[in-house]
Amino acid sequence: MNQQVAYTPYHPRWHRQRISTYWWLERPSYFLFILRELSSLAVAWFVAWLLLLVRAVSGGAAADQQFLEWAGHPLVLALNVACFAFVCLHAVTWFNLAPQAMVVHVAGRRVPGWIIAASNYAALAFTTAAVVALLLFRW
Amino acid sequence: MEVRRPIEPLLWLLFSAGGVMSALLAPVVLFLFGIAFPLGWLAPPDHARLLSVIGHPLARVAIFVVCSLSLFHWAHRFRYTLYDGLQIKHLNEAINSACYGGAILGTVAAAYLVWQIP
Repeated sequence: MNQQVAYTPYHPRWHRQRISTYWWLERPSYFLFILRELSSLAVAWFVAWLLLLVRAVSGGAAADQQFLEWAGHPLVLALNVACFAFVCLHAVTWFNLAPQAMVVHVAGRRVPGWIIAASNYAALAFTTAAVVALLLFRW
Repeated sequence: MEVRRPIEPLLWLLFSAGGVMSALLAPVVLFLFGIAFPLGWLAPPDHARLLSVIGHPLARVAIFVVCSLSLFHWAHRFRYTLYDGLQIKHLNEAINSACYGGAILGTVAAAYLVWQIP
């Protein structure tokens, strides 16, 4: 952006304040916003992790075991803990915003926001329980 | 002047769908396979069971859909994070290609990996 504010006859030039590259450090709410936005990187890592797991399981019992050992490496573990925290932030902020994004009418009346948020959390509980049951319970 | 891009609504739709998918599934998957199993908090399922779970036709489709949509969610949100956070507008073209291109490549990889499960 042109920073020079010079006199120009007949044509006004608007002075625009330059926004700092670090504007998101100025307030806690801005910082939380940028953390929420950065959660997409953790989502990308979740996909990479799931696909690496699928590849390891497809490769046989030995590859599966090797993957589990690699997952126990302190750096990998630290990355997974950080990404878990970020995907939780993503899930919470996403479900809390759902009432604003989804306006549902039933019988001509708007469904209250808390019901929409609650049904999202119920879906989270259900999918979590389903994954745990599929993987861990003895039938 | 705003340039009209008819693909933009589709990208927002994919962002939104991927946001829901990843919010529902990423916490449990990362917790179990990334933290609880490696640390021994929970005993991991044996290989035969894992293989039978992920090899089920419905699971294959679910893994593919979740991976693909989540990647488009990442692509869209990360694009705007770079846009707002770093204010690097002059790199827009490169950033868009890298983000959406990455999501497309990841979708192809997911399709291949899900296909080759024995």
